[in-house]
Amino acid sequence: MINLTPRKDISTKLTLLTPVVAIAITLVIGAVIFGVLGYDPLEALYQFFVAPVSQPYQIADLFVKACPLIIIASGLVFCYRANVWNIGAEGQLILGAVFSGYIALTYPDLSVWAMMPLMIVASMLGGLLWAMIPALLKTRFNTNEILVSLMLTYVGSLLIDWIVRGPWRDPMSFGFPLTKMYEDAALIPRIQLPGIGYLGQLHWGVVGAILLAIFAWFVLSRMLVGFQVKVMGAAPRAGRFAGFSPAMVTIMVMAISGAAAGVAGMVEVSANIGQLQPDISFGYGFTAIIVAFLARLNPLAVIAAGLVVALAELGGDSAQIALGMPKVVTGVFKGILLFMLLAGETFNRFHIEVRWPQARSGDAAKDQEARG
Amino acid sequence: MTITPRKKTSKNADATPLLQALGIVKKFGDFTANDDVSFSIYKGEIHALLGENGAGKSTFVKMIYGLMQPDAGLIEYKGAPVVINGPQHARDLGIGMVFQHFSLFQALTVAENIQLALPPGESLASLSDRVRKMSAEYGIGVDPEARVHNLSVGQQQRVEIMRCLLQDPSLLIMDEPTSVLTPQETEQLFDVLRRFSKAGMAILFISHKLDEIRALTSRATVLRRGVNVGTVDTSTQSSRQLAEMMVGEKVGDVSRGASLGGGKTLLTIKGLARPRETQFATALQDISMQARSGEILGIAGIAGNGQDELMEALIGEWRSDQAGVIMLDGHDISRERPAARRNAGLGFVPEERNGHAAVPVMTLAENNLLTGHSHPGAVRNGVIDGAAMRKAAGDVAAAFDVRLPNENPLASSLSGGNLQKFVVGREIVKSPLVLIVSQPTWGVDVGAAMFIRSSMLELAAKGSAVVMISQDLEEVFMIAHRIAVLYDGRLSEAMPTADLTAEKVGLLMGGSNANTASQAASG
Repeated sequence: MINLTPRKDISTKLTLLTPVVAIAITLVIGAVIFGVLGYDPLEALYQFFVAPVSQPYQIADLFVKACPLIIIASGLVFCYRANVWNIGAEGQLILGAVFSGYIALTYPDLSVWAMMPLMIVASMLGGLLWAMIPALLKTRFNTNEILVSLMLTYVGSLLIDWIVRGPWRDPMSFGFPLTKMYEDAALIPRIQLPGIGYLGQLHWGVVGAILLAIFAWFVLSRMLVGFQVKVMGAAPRAGRFAGFSPAMVTIMVMAISGAAAGVAGMVEVSANIGQLQPDISFGYGFTAIIVAFLARLNPLAVIAAGLVVALAELGGDSAQIALGMPKVVTGVFKGILLFMLLAGETFNRFHIEVRWPQARSGDAAKDQEARG
Repeated sequence: MTITPRKKTSKNADATPLLQALGIVKKFGDFTANDDVSFSIYKGEIHALLGENGAGKSTFVKMIYGLMQPDAGLIEYKGAPVVINGPQHARDLGIGMVFQHFSLFQALTVAENIQLALPPGESLASLSDRVRKMSAEYGIGVDPEARVHNLSVGQQQRVEIMRCLLQDPSLLIMDEPTSVLTPQETEQLFDVLRRFSKAGMAILFISHKLDEIRALTSRATVLRRGVNVGTVDTSTQSSRQLAEMMVGEKVGDVSRGASLGGGKTLLTIKGLARPRETQFATALQDISMQARSGEILGIAGIAGNGQDELMEALIGEWRSDQAGVIMLDGHDISRERPAARRNAGLGFVPEERNGHAAVPVMTLAENNLLTGHSHPGAVRNGVIDGAAMRKAAGDVAAAFDVRLPNENPLASSLSGGNLQKFVVGREIVKSPLVLIVSQPTWGVDVGAAMFIRSSMLELAAKGSAVVMISQDLEEVFMIAHRIAVLYDGRLSEAMPTADLTAEKVGLLMGGSNANTASQAASG
């Protein structure tokens, strides 16, 4: 018998120490696996954790990689806090990219001051509308938002595929499924640091992502809207008692997370790709779910969690390139890392008690009675 | 006050106890639920286990029924030590238990429900015969062919008891069996139990209702904070003496006094109807009532007769689409949402503390905001005033004697009584025109219950109206100025408490209308 009882007071020291211990265990297990597979364990760990961040420009690129994750997860936090399960951020991201692409491609002559705000609003609208489909179906017909939002992701990805092959394809693309390149006004500029100049691919979207996470934290922890979300998630009946509407909260959190995912799609295209193509996201919408939970649904922690997950991604790439490590092995290692972090969190929040059942007769052991 | 604990009554002096527990200890972490509890029960004895909520009664009987194992101590059954491994083992030994919460399948018949609990092999027909026979023999009145969802709560409980009895137990444990019964049903249950006791069955009867214990049992073992504070002869103790043993201090008195209440009408409900939403819900039909300044209007009734549905309709969690149904001081609030109703001067305390009146995983300050967010100053431009929120919660805690483990604890870390004082207090400090409460002292210790009752009386004395939905008839008679009865979604006309007897109200609670009630009472 293993019993998990919630700890009464969670110590700050332990909270900070947990991820360190989790990473240390991951390193040990990883070293063993790499060794068994015939890689130099130290070299492999170096490629995972140090190589991707050994140069300043690489650290900048880590932030670039984390940027869409932070934006999406900041929105998802609202959903999951309210017990609404939006799994379709990937699709909402695509729709955000398509809507902002419409502005960029249809009005290429706009000035940057008109273009950027319009594209941001359009991307929010795109993601929001896509998220409204599962939200309204849930509130109106009580459908399952997990299923609907997930399935709409595939619809969204077929939609952008059709768009870039059909109506929006650049006639000069030699048959490639690509739209025209965006004009400069539609591209998110890179950050020019005083005295250093450009640093990797660091762009203004990263700054936006961090500000967004801070704003999300403020809304969730200091505003009545956030309070509604938390109450609805923790005790829906108490929420109705307080006078909050479950349907309104569902629609609101789906709108927030959809809009955030949409913006992530716009940022990804405008900062890194520069045109629409069939694949614009490396599963950011799904990875962001892990980021949100790794951050324990706290928007401020989303920044750190986004960076950790981005590091695992980049480390996997680096190990594949430098050591020829197969993708499945890097995948396993990433899995171990995330598992350890989440498990550590569980140990931090729960007191775990293992008790061996006393010898008892077969009949009594089978007795499933748990009444009373 | 001193009470000499008696270990045995003279009549049983030389017999071996049927079951004896010696020095039972059970700990949950740092908390000692049972500390060196000893207890014995004899064949044919009806023995009460008495104590406040959290005194360790349930823990103790769970160990006798094999649901838990004691950390120390010994259980002897029929003179020999036993380790009771689980409920099946307990049943094999001849120990049966009827739980407070029923576990019946609503859609099945009585016989089918019983068959599920018995060892397989017996046909439904032969089982139905046995049920009928036993039913006739002991006057239990259970029809094996009836579907459970058509039965009253009292009848359902008899099905539970029947299910236990068919296994022919020597010891029957009953956990607060009368909390869902009318006074008449309670009396019927007691008759049945007395017959079983005459036939030699031992009955361990758990309750905190003192009058019942004195009426039914011969001895009572009183637990207080996990310790056996004495086993006494119930015939020699007054209810007050038992209460004081249970609480460990003098018990105060609360009474509505001579005031008749009844000033200006503040709340008028006219023809409130609500269709039922699920098969097992109750439809509200043509509910009308008036609550007046200075009075407590008691709404008696057994659980499941529309209390939850009525409370939701009053709070505004469910709203009628008709106008003019709920009028507060001349304003029609029939279609207003809960926050608007609060702003208009209503306060609410729903029955369920955890998850309805309060969010267990949130702090007290946040829980105060739950019903305070629409009040001026709590929220500015959508931003919560955190300092004001914490101060407001602290003020409620101070004014209503809510004992806090730290400055701003989680609601879940408070005891039931403390949390209840908080959720009642947070409404009373807003001085509502009308306070609507449901089961205000359910699961609350005696001291806290008295405090809550007197604060409601105080509020009424200041000119507010209080509508109290309560299943505790004793409580209704203690503090309500007028009493109406909710039965099957209909509300009887409210009558002054002075003109009513518990018997009359009990008949209304069981579904007789007022006329037949008075006839039955006289005849």
